Amino acid sequence: MSEVTTRIVVNGIPRELAVPAEELLLDTLRERLGLTGAKRSCDVQVCGTCTVLVDGEPVSSCTFLTCDADDRDVLTIEGFSESAEFAEFERAFTGRAALQCGFCTPGFVLTLKALRDAGELRSREDVIDGLDGNLCRCTGYKAIVEAAEALVGASGGPEVGR
Amino acid sequence: MSTPETAAPAAASDRIGRSEPRKDAGEKIRGRARFSGDINVPRMLHGKVLRAPLPHARIASIDASGAEAMPGVVAVLVGSELTEFDPYWGHAIKDRPILAIDRVRFQGEPVAAVAAEDEATAERALREIAVDYEELPVVGTIAESIADGAPFVHDRELRPGLFHGLGKLPEREGNVCFRYRLDAGSVELVEAEAELTVEGEYEFPAVYQYAMETHTVVAEFGDGEITLWASCQHPFLVRAEIADLFNLPIGRVRVIVPYLGGGFGSKSYTKMEPITAALSWKAGRPVRIQNSVEESMLTTRRHGMRCRMRTTATRDGKLLSRSVRLWLDTGAYADNGPRVCATAGDAAPGPYRWQAAHVDASCVYSNTSPAGSYRAFGAVHLQWIGESQLDELARQTGIDPLEIRRRNLLRPGEPVRPDGSGKPLDADLVGDVEKAAAAVGWGEPKGEWSGRGVSVGLLAAGAHPVSRASVRMEADGTVEVNVGTTEMGQGARTVMAQIAAEELAIDVELVTVQGADTRFTPYDRSTGASRSTTLAGLAVQRAAADLRERLLEAAAGAWGTERGALEVGGGGVRGPGREAVYPELIAERFGFTGGELVGVGEVRPEQGSGSYAEGPVFWEVCVGAAEVAIDPETGRVSVERMATIADVGKAINPLLVERQDEGGVLQGLGNALFEEMVFEEGILTNDNLLEYRVPRIDDMPAQMNGIIVENADGPGPYGAKGCGEGAQAASLAAIATAVADAGVPMNELPFTPERVWRRIKETKEADSR
Repeated sequence: MSEVTTRIVVNGIPRELAVPAEELLLDTLRERLGLTGAKRSCDVQVCGTCTVLVDGEPVSSCTFLTCDADDRDVLTIEGFSESAEFAEFERAFTGRAALQCGFCTPGFVLTLKALRDAGELRSREDVIDGLDGNLCRCTGYKAIVEAAEALVGASGGPEVGR
Repeated sequence: MSTPETAAPAAASDRIGRSEPRKDAGEKIRGRARFSGDINVPRMLHGKVLRAPLPHARIASIDASGAEAMPGVVAVLVGSELTEFDPYWGHAIKDRPILAIDRVRFQGEPVAAVAAEDEATAERALREIAVDYEELPVVGTIAESIADGAPFVHDRELRPGLFHGLGKLPEREGNVCFRYRLDAGSVELVEAEAELTVEGEYEFPAVYQYAMETHTVVAEFGDGEITLWASCQHPFLVRAEIADLFNLPIGRVRVIVPYLGGGFGSKSYTKMEPITAALSWKAGRPVRIQNSVEESMLTTRRHGMRCRMRTTATRDGKLLSRSVRLWLDTGAYADNGPRVCATAGDAAPGPYRWQAAHVDASCVYSNTSPAGSYRAFGAVHLQWIGESQLDELARQTGIDPLEIRRRNLLRPGEPVRPDGSGKPLDADLVGDVEKAAAAVGWGEPKGEWSGRGVSVGLLAAGAHPVSRASVRMEADGTVEVNVGTTEMGQGARTVMAQIAAEELAIDVELVTVQGADTRFTPYDRSTGASRSTTLAGLAVQRAAADLRERLLEAAAGAWGTERGALEVGGGGVRGPGREAVYPELIAERFGFTGGELVGVGEVRPEQGSGSYAEGPVFWEVCVGAAEVAIDPETGRVSVERMATIADVGKAINPLLVERQDEGGVLQGLGNALFEEMVFEEGILTNDNLLEYRVPRIDDMPAQMNGIIVENADGPGPYGAKGCGEGAQAASLAAIATAVADAGVPMNELPFTPERVWRRIKETKEADSR
């Protein structure tokens, strides 16, 4: 097995890693770096629970080779949750109870961030188109759509606690 | 009756009936919530399982030497090594070896397991295990399982498991592992006199729960003790089963449950824990096994079913009799099949008044992957069938489907089981179905190929009524609730915190609820059957009330005041001319800035043994209504409007109740329209999420309305009763009745575009003849 030296900036921290050429980014993040916010589920790029951002683009880290992230920026939920921008996402998801088991939640949050950064989160239609690569088995999606609509400034459901 | 008494509804409160934010929201959104696969134990190995490629075969030989010789491989375990203990397990029927011993009974059955330093090495080592199989005849379907002279999937005598709970096992009868029968009145006599008869044959496919977190277990087999971190819904039942399997005292098995990434029944009872524990035993080190989706699909699923049903009525729409014969395919091992069978039998008559009813339900083995629990089992299987027949009678009599239900539905207090046994009806079903119908525009004009339907059903809920809890107040006034409920998304930790806070009159923020650790957490029977808020919640309420008494006693003792003159409020105890916050009382009691006060609470059968026959604890309401549109060119069904009823007695957290039902609706929609595990001669052919389609965000109905009904008629805290499963049975059945109303009555699930299109074509051809 050949190892490849890969330089990646993960959540703002430069890393130099020697990894087997076939190692998946999800395994590098979870097993080498202890960043377990990205989860493994379908292994075939359908469920979106392993989503991280590579140079701002959402990718399924379960099918993305670590060596292909060489010289690129990787943002995981651990990194994003340290940012000031994150507070708005947290309020939207908490306020609508837009999560249940929470396994898929980081993937939804990061996908929404990428959509918004790209200017592609303007309407309910954008939300539904943009999230078609993320599965959630618990919520029935309605709450997630409401949370996402709050992020585009449209009106969502009732805030809790009233 | 085994049901706990209904608690008196509480006075208006700041904490009950309020949509408190989820306790776990922050850590889950931040990706910090720990699931079993995130647990790393020192010296932990990675386990992989070699699974049988054939559905039925004798194992002639296994040669694991190639795998054992690989660098990085620490242990390889095969079935023939399991001689130090009785290697068979199964909570209902002990029919399942930890690893296949002499033969494999389903494609995917574990044959060997490897523990290695890393997952990739373990995976490669599987390829170095050589197994010689001799193929045996395959029992691939229900028809093949019940055919005369069918090969036996199991030759051995069936032995009951620790939690069979359904009386004596029946005599061996071919491949039937359990049979449920109900007879009330004489169906033959009533049918002979009936003016109208509807009958049909129906099929329900095997489906996959798809909890996004696959089954994951970390096991550490130490010196006469086992510790498990497991994605399990029922930690105490897993503990008992593992202790039994490995001949250990119950207290030497410790089960710790992190967050679960979804359950829906797929993580009920024992699943991957025995094999992981056995592999750790062989390796002498901790081992983690995390299934792939493909493996979890083969670990458990919903039962496929064949059903014949016949319903009779008078010409003016009075229901007379129902007769049901059904077969559930439990696969190669019983898992929870017997209980699924009993619950299906219970759901079969439907919540109506019958002059006679007959149910004969069989749970049968086959050479397919084992089937167990999945949300609203039994009710999901039967409600769409019974409700479809009722609507057919409505069409034949010209009576509105809502009206025919009004006339025939049971009223509160009437017996639900037609033989009069068990708990009578504890809900207002007529009120419920009227609300659901109104929410989808019942009676409004509708277009061609558009239909509306309602559905009503009941689900035996609560399982065995045993739950215990303790509530501990620390010296600083913060509170920890110790309860065995597993948080798998339903919001149990939030609701338990609300209950404890209410009883102690403190802010919910002061209360923490952790996952179960069986070494410290009091016993709870299980997390399933919609029982947690009702039963574990009642135990928490009693434990918090007990702690409140300890605090009041502490104040009375310290102040020399009558206990009766004191009350709690404002985060402390108040009395005549005196008050103190809780931390002051604790400091005063111990004379030191330490100590704690603990309250305990318990729910157990109040009369009888709490058996299935005496129950259920409550009848979960499954009521919904749907509006669908069908594209006659493609056969595609789209769900335009959906309403479900959460008849919960009292909604402790209304937003979480709504969210539960929205999830149930989408799973009901998936089961109705596209989910199906396809087996060909015992081989699962769509074992991945590319080919097994679950609902996506754009499958969401345009309008979803979750209606909460609060009649304070539940046996739980503040009159609450459980929810979350009913919506799945209700939505599936409402889609079926709406599709029939649009002109396409269906008798085989799922209603894929191809099936719907064919049915439209058949109907047209029949009409033109």
